[in-house]
Amino acid sequence: MITAPKIEYLQLAPLLLVFGAAVLGVLVEAFTPRYLRRAIQIPVTLLSLAGAFALTIVQTLKGVPTEPSAMGAVAVDGPTLFIWGTILVLAFVCVLLVNDEEHFVAAASAVPGSAEEERAFIEGNVHTEVYPLALFAIGGMLLFPASNDLLIMFVALEVMSLPLYLLCGLARRRRLLSQEAAVKYFLLGAFSSAFFLYGTALLYGFAGSVDLAKIAAALGSVAGQNGLLYLGAALVGVGLLFKIGAAPFQAWKPDVYQGAPTPVTALMAAGTLVAAFGAVLRVFWVALGNLIWSWEPVMWAVAILTMVVGAILAITQTDIKRMLAYSSVAHAGFLLVGVIAIGDAKQNSLALGAILFYLAVYGVTTIGAFAVVTMVRDPGGEAWHLSRWAGLGKRSPKLAGLFAFFLLAFAGIPLTSGFFGKYAVFQAAVADHATPLVVVGVISSAIAAFFYVRVIVLMFFSDPAADGPTVVVPSWGTAAVVGFSALATVVLGVFPQPVLDLAKSAAGSLFVG
Amino acid sequence: MEPAEIISHTGGVIGAGWLLIALPLLGAAVLLLGGRRTDKWGHFLGVALAVASFVVAVLAFVQLLGFAPGERRRGVALYEFIPGVANMGLLIDPLSISFALLITGVGSLIHIYSIGYMSHDTDRRRFFGYLNLFVAAMLLLVLADNYVALFIGWEGVGLASYLLIGFWQYKPSAATAAKKAFVVNRVGDFGLLIAIFIMFSTFGSVAFADVFPKAGGASAGTLTAIGLLLLLGACGKSAQLPLQSWLLDAMEGPTPVSALIHAATMVTAGVYLVVRSGAAFFPADSTASLVVTIVGVATLLAGAIIGTAKDDIKKALAGSTMSQIGYMMLAAGLGVAGYAFAIAHLITHGFFKANLFLGAGSVMHGMNDEVDMRKYGGLRSLMPITFVTFLIGYLAIIGFPLLSGYFTKDGIIETAMEHSAILGWLAVIGAGITGFYMSRLVFMTFFGERRWAADAHPHESPSVMTWPLIVLSIGSIGLGGYLILSNRLMVFLGPAVGQPEELPAFHFFSPVGLATLALVALGAAYAWLKYGRAEVPAVAPRGSFLTTFARRDLYGDALNEALFMRPGQWLTRLAVFFDNRGIDGVVNGLAAGIGGTSGRLRRIQTGYVRSYALSIFIGAAVLAGAWFVVGTL
Repeated sequence: MITAPKIEYLQLAPLLLVFGAAVLGVLVEAFTPRYLRRAIQIPVTLLSLAGAFALTIVQTLKGVPTEPSAMGAVAVDGPTLFIWGTILVLAFVCVLLVNDEEHFVAAASAVPGSAEEERAFIEGNVHTEVYPLALFAIGGMLLFPASNDLLIMFVALEVMSLPLYLLCGLARRRRLLSQEAAVKYFLLGAFSSAFFLYGTALLYGFAGSVDLAKIAAALGSVAGQNGLLYLGAALVGVGLLFKIGAAPFQAWKPDVYQGAPTPVTALMAAGTLVAAFGAVLRVFWVALGNLIWSWEPVMWAVAILTMVVGAILAITQTDIKRMLAYSSVAHAGFLLVGVIAIGDAKQNSLALGAILFYLAVYGVTTIGAFAVVTMVRDPGGEAWHLSRWAGLGKRSPKLAGLFAFFLLAFAGIPLTSGFFGKYAVFQAAVADHATPLVVVGVISSAIAAFFYVRVIVLMFFSDPAADGPTVVVPSWGTAAVVGFSALATVVLGVFPQPVLDLAKSAAGSLFVG
Repeated sequence: MEPAEIISHTGGVIGAGWLLIALPLLGAAVLLLGGRRTDKWGHFLGVALAVASFVVAVLAFVQLLGFAPGERRRGVALYEFIPGVANMGLLIDPLSISFALLITGVGSLIHIYSIGYMSHDTDRRRFFGYLNLFVAAMLLLVLADNYVALFIGWEGVGLASYLLIGFWQYKPSAATAAKKAFVVNRVGDFGLLIAIFIMFSTFGSVAFADVFPKAGGASAGTLTAIGLLLLLGACGKSAQLPLQSWLLDAMEGPTPVSALIHAATMVTAGVYLVVRSGAAFFPADSTASLVVTIVGVATLLAGAIIGTAKDDIKKALAGSTMSQIGYMMLAAGLGVAGYAFAIAHLITHGFFKANLFLGAGSVMHGMNDEVDMRKYGGLRSLMPITFVTFLIGYLAIIGFPLLSGYFTKDGIIETAMEHSAILGWLAVIGAGITGFYMSRLVFMTFFGERRWAADAHPHESPSVMTWPLIVLSIGSIGLGGYLILSNRLMVFLGPAVGQPEELPAFHFFSPVGLATLALVALGAAYAWLKYGRAEVPAVAPRGSFLTTFARRDLYGDALNEALFMRPGQWLTRLAVFFDNRGIDGVVNGLAAGIGGTSGRLRRIQTGYVRSYALSIFIGAAVLAGAWFVVGTL
C-alpha cells in the first residue's frame, strides 16, 4: 500500500502560489486572444509575487517551522524565509522592469523600429510568454535554496535555468548577441548541470541517500568511501559554483549578461545569485559542514581567484553590462569569503546573517544599476559602450548621480548599503581567523573601486559627445525600480540595523543535520 | 569634585535635542538649495529657525535644571552606525547647554541685526543660508558626545567661516582672507585629527564617555601628545599664537559675521575643546596645561599690542578678540580652578564683543562702510543709541567695576596670580593695554573733531539693528556679576567639568584688582591725552619701531612666510619631485601591471563556448583533485 506523502501546504504556499500563477500564465497564453494577454499577465504576475511575499511574512510571523516540510524534501527554515522574501522583492522589482516592452522582441522576425514591429506592437502581437517564463524561473529560484535533498535541488536548478535560457534570447536589439548568449548559457548550463547530477549520484553512492541531513550523518559513520565522497562533493560544488559565477567557472557571465535583455540580466544578477548562494550554503554548511577541514583550503583558493579575477578583468571592459558582470563575479567572491567563515553556532549565525544581508543589499543595488542602464539609449538601443557615457553627468545630472550612487554602493563606500554588506562579511571572516582572505578582499575592493570610480569620472568630468546618447523618460515601472533601489540603498546604508538583525535572527534557525 | 557620570537619556526636550542642530540646518538647506525662489522671505526663515533653536535650547536648559546637579550630564543616543565602534549622540550637560544658549541667543540677535545690515545686498538670502549653516555646525561641535562628530562640526564651522569671510568674493582681499583663514585653520585641524587618531588607537573609541575614564590608564607621553595636538587644533580655531594670523584678515567678511563667528562663538571653540578635554588631557601641573597657559598669556599680550596700532576699527576689535580669548585660554590652562572663569569670560565676552562689533557695524553702516577710525570722530551726538551701547560694551571689556568684564576678567587674573605670579602680572599688564587701546578706539570714533570724508552722512541705524545692540548691552552690564557672584556658574558647571574643593570667594577691590584698575585707568588716561584731547592726524604718523611692530601684527605674517611658507614651498617641491619619480612610478607601475594582467586575462575570454567548457572542465578537475589531495592528506 502506498501512503500519500504528507505535504505542509501552508509552509510551501509561497512556492505553490508562484508556480500556480506560472501555470495559469501558460493557460492564458493558450486560451485568450492576443490583445488581452498583456493586460492579464501583468497583474497575475505581480499579484502572485506580492501574494507570495505576504505568505512568506505570514509564515515568518507564525513562527519558523522546526522540521523540513514535504517529507523532508524542502527546508523552510529562517534563512529560507529570508531568502524567499529577498527573492520575491527583487523579482517583483524586476518584473516592473520587464514590463517595459522596449526590451523584448515583438515577433521573432521583426526588425527593431520597422513598420512590421510597429504593427506587432499595436496588435499586441508580443511575447507575453516572458511573464510565465519569468514566474517559472522565480519559482525555481525559491525552491533552489530551500531544497533539503540533492535531487529536489537539481530539479529546482533546472526549473530556474531553463526559462532563463529562453529569456536570454529575447532581446529586441542586438538580436544575434542575444541569441548567442542564450545558446552559450544553455550549453554551459547543461554542462554544469551534468556535473551537479553526477556529483549527486556519487554522493548517493557514498551515503545511500540524497538527503542533505543524511549525507551529513554519513560523514561520521561511513568509512572507506572517501573517493566517492570527495569526488561527488567536488562535482556538486562545481555545479553550484558555476551558477554563482565563481572563478574558474565565471566565463559565461559577461557574455550572457551582455547579450540578455537588460531586465533579464537584472533578474539573473540579483535573483539567481541569491538563490544560488542559498543552495551553496545548504550543501556546504548543512551536508558538508563537518567536512570543512577538507573543503576550506579549496574554497579559499576559489574565493581568492574569484575576487581577483572579477576585479582585474572588469578594469579593461568597455561594455557597461560586461563591466557589471565582472563586478558581479567579484561580489560573488566577497560572498564566498562569508561562506568559508563557518564555525560554531555563534560564528555561523554571524557569517550567515552577514551573507543574507549582503545578498539582499547587493541584489537591490544591482537591479537599480541595470535599470539605469536601460534608460541610456543610442539610436540602436542601449548605449552599451562606456565611452558613450562620457559627460552624462552634464546632460542628465540626476540619472548620472543615481548611477554614481549605485556604483559607490558596489564599491562599498560608507553610508551606502554596500559598505555594511562588505563590513559584515569581512567581520565574520576575521572572527573566523580568515584574515588573509579579508586582506585579499580589501585589495580586490580597492581594485574594483578603480573601475567604479572611473565610470563616475567619465560621467562627470568628461565633455559629452555631440551625438551622445539620449536619456529616455522612464516608464512608471522603471522609474519606480530606480527610485526603490536608490531609496533602499540609502536607507540600508544609514539604518542597516533592523535588516541586519532580521538576517541574523533568520540565520539562527538554519536546519543543520 | 570630579565630573559626574553621563546618564543616558530619552524623552523630553533633551531627548529631542537634535532639533537644536536640525532646525538651522534645515534653514541652510532650504536657503542654499532653494535658490532665488526663496529670496523674498529667506532671511525671515533664517531668523525664525535660529530663534526656534534658541527656544529649544532654553527649554532643554529648563529641563536640565530639573535634575539634581549630579545627574545633569545627559547622553542622548541618536544613531548607531557601527555598534560599539562608531555611534552618534549628543551630550547635553551644563557645559554644552551654556554654549548652546550663547550660540543660539547671540546668534539670533545677530541674525535679526543682519536683516538691516544686509538689506542692500542682493545676496542676502545666501548670507542667511551660510549663517544658519554656521549655527548648525557650531551646535554640532558643542553638543556632540564624541570627538569625530565634534570634528565634523569643527570642519563645518570652518567651512561656514570660509564662505562668510569670502562672502564678497569679488573683492580680491576678501577672497584671499578667506583662503588664508582656511589654510591656517587646516594646520590646526590636522593637530586635532591626529589627536583623534591617537585616541582611537589608544582607547579604541572616540566617545567622551569611553575616552575620559580610560585616559588615566594611558602613558604620560601619550597623554601629553594628545593634549598638545588638541591644543594645536584649539590654537587654529581660536586664533592663538602661533596660528593667530588669519583672524585680522578675516575682518574682510560682513560685520555681523565678525561679530558672530570671529568674536562671539566660533573662535571660542578652542576654549571649549580644552575645557571639555580638560580633566582627561590637561590635568593640573601637566606639560600640556603649562603650554596652554603660556599660549594664552602670549596671545593675550600679542593681541592687545596689535590692537593698539590698528586704525581699522574692525581690526582693532579683532586684536582685542585675540587678546580676550588669550585670557580664556590662560584660565582653561589653570585646571579645575580656572574652567568656570574661562567659560564665564567666554559668555560675557560673547555679549560685549558682539555688542562692540555690531556697534562698529552700525557706525560703518552710517559712514558708507568706512572702517578707518581716522576718518571718524565726534559721532556720539549723531548716533546716540549706537554710542551708548558701544560705551557700555567698552566699559565692560576694560573691566570697569561692576560691569560684566570686571567680574570675569578679575576672576581669571586672581586665579592666575594664585597659580603663578608671572602669569598673573602679565595678565594684569594685558588688562592695562586693553584700557589703552579700547579707549583709543572710543575716543577716535565718538569724540574729538569730525574728520569725515566729504560724502559721509552719518545717521543712526534702523531699529532692527539698534534693538539687538540694546539687548546685548544689557548682557554686557549684568551678566558677569550674575555668573560670578556666589559662584553660580562654577557650581552649575561643576558636574560637567569638575570644581575645586574650596569655592573661591569674590573680593571686591582686592589688591590685585586695584592694581589692575589703576593700570586700566592709566591706559585710558594716556589714550585720552593722545587721541581724545590731541588732534588725530588724518594719515597715521610713521611712529616708532614699536608702533610699526604692532601695525605689522608683530611680524606674524613675515614670520609665517619665513618659517613655514618658504620651507613649505621647498618641501612641496621636494615632495613633488619624489612623488613624480618614486611614488608615481610605483603606483603607475602597479596600475599598468594590473591593467596588463587584465588585458592578458581577457584573451582567455575568447567568446567560444568550447573554450569556456574546457575551462570549466579543467577547473572541475583541479578542484576535485585538490579536494581529494587535501582530504586524504
